[in-house]
Amino acid sequence: MNTLFGEKKAQAEKLTFTSVEQYPEAPVSLGTTLSNFTGDWRTFIPVVDDNKCVKCYICWKFCPEPAIYIREDGYVGIDYDYCKGCGICANECPTNAITMEKEEK
Amino acid sequence: MAEYKPIRKVVSGNYAAAYAVKHARVQVVAAYPITPQTSIIEKIAEFIANGEADIQYVPVESEHSAMAASIGASAAGARAFTATSAQGLALMHEMLHWASGARLPVVMVDVNRAMAPPWSVWDDQTDSLSQRDTGWMQFYAENNQEVYDGVLMAFKIAETVNLPAMVIESAFILSHTYDVVEMIPQELVDEFLPPRKPLYDLADFSQPFSVGALGGPNDYYEFRYKIAKAMEDAVKVIKDVGKEFGERFGRDYSEMIEKGYVDDADFVFMGMGSLMGTVKEAVELLRKEGYKVGYAKVRWFRPFPKEELREIAESVKGIAVLDRNYSFGQEGILFNESKGVLYNTDARPIIKNYIVGLGGRDFTVPDVKAIAENMKKVIEAGKLDREVEWYHLKR
Repeated sequence: MNTLFGEKKAQAEKLTFTSVEQYPEAPVSLGTTLSNFTGDWRTFIPVVDDNKCVKCYICWKFCPEPAIYIREDGYVGIDYDYCKGCGICANECPTNAITMEKEEK
Repeated sequence: MAEYKPIRKVVSGNYAAAYAVKHARVQVVAAYPITPQTSIIEKIAEFIANGEADIQYVPVESEHSAMAASIGASAAGARAFTATSAQGLALMHEMLHWASGARLPVVMVDVNRAMAPPWSVWDDQTDSLSQRDTGWMQFYAENNQEVYDGVLMAFKIAETVNLPAMVIESAFILSHTYDVVEMIPQELVDEFLPPRKPLYDLADFSQPFSVGALGGPNDYYEFRYKIAKAMEDAVKVIKDVGKEFGERFGRDYSEMIEKGYVDDADFVFMGMGSLMGTVKEAVELLRKEGYKVGYAKVRWFRPFPKEELREIAESVKGIAVLDRNYSFGQEGILFNESKGVLYNTDARPIIKNYIVGLGGRDFTVPDVKAIAENMKKVIEAGKLDREVEWYHLKR
């Protein structure tokens, strides 16, 4: 579904520490999001219409997760593993290229 | 190294703090005004307005935000400072844990002020001691000079062990009272306190990372241990930095407890902050009158100077702990801590708690003498009359 993040996720491993020395000094970047997918909290799903998208990236800037990425062809993609369906992207999109649809699970 | 010629200025405790902030080349100050802290921030604002200091000042709408902004600045790699008092410090409480948990060396001046109600703006240590368990180091200044020196040392120590530090001065007794302070020329401060090298730098875009990651039961415990270890390591860092300060600028802070006349004393007065100035004066007079007394001024309350206190306890018959604070349902906080430290040792002198000076009540040389009389009787009798004495109570 999402090629760019999909590849990166496949490469990354969740960090696990077996002794206190291995831990970073401060609790930064523990890799918890690699196993903790927040996308399944969602009821509504954003769907992007590439025909209406003008590549302004306002959705990308506003996404609080951030679950929106810029695809290689310049259009925007949504990482559904982390999108919580808040709808901010659809609300901010100036060309109404993003619509919120009820997700079928 | 350039030759050290101190610059003498007559300043209040608050201005001493502001000058130290300027000399430490702090990059971000975020603060909210609260009496008696206000003039620290006013002076810093004046430095910025005059172009004397290159500081980003962040006006915020509460102390909670002041600490949040300081944490943000510190996470981005800046040297950050804030200041507060009493209710303001209490409002920061949640964020104080954030600073230490994220291992950010923010430095703050807390101007000790009594907690309300009744509404009070006067001196009392309960506000800062209520923050005992937040993972902040705590330095108690006796006079304006120690406020200035304390802020400079606090930055160096905090940035070495990656824990935040509080420098604490007394409301009005220090904050608004003018005294001669020997300041250090800028180039020598720069040598003593080089620019901060952050552990992690959010502004370094070549290595992006997330801050405040989730730590489940499998990880949280180890991060707490790391803070505990850093606090333990801080003892040596504090002594080393204090010694270096003494070698460079002539005022030695290598002892976490400043001692006087302890070796041959029957008993010592122990306490923190400005009231120890009065005690030191009184001890000089009492010595002339034949009392075998000494003093032990606790400079650093966190980390707690356990070893030094145990050494003192070995040589004296009694310790009179003067607490300008109180933990309801128990006793004075320094007293409580000290008893705990001495429990697992063989040397356990008689230790008595005197609650003094709460809410700015005057604590004078005759008061110290009266306590000495009482303490002498307790030691002669070999047992306590009462464990905690509310010294000033109108009876």
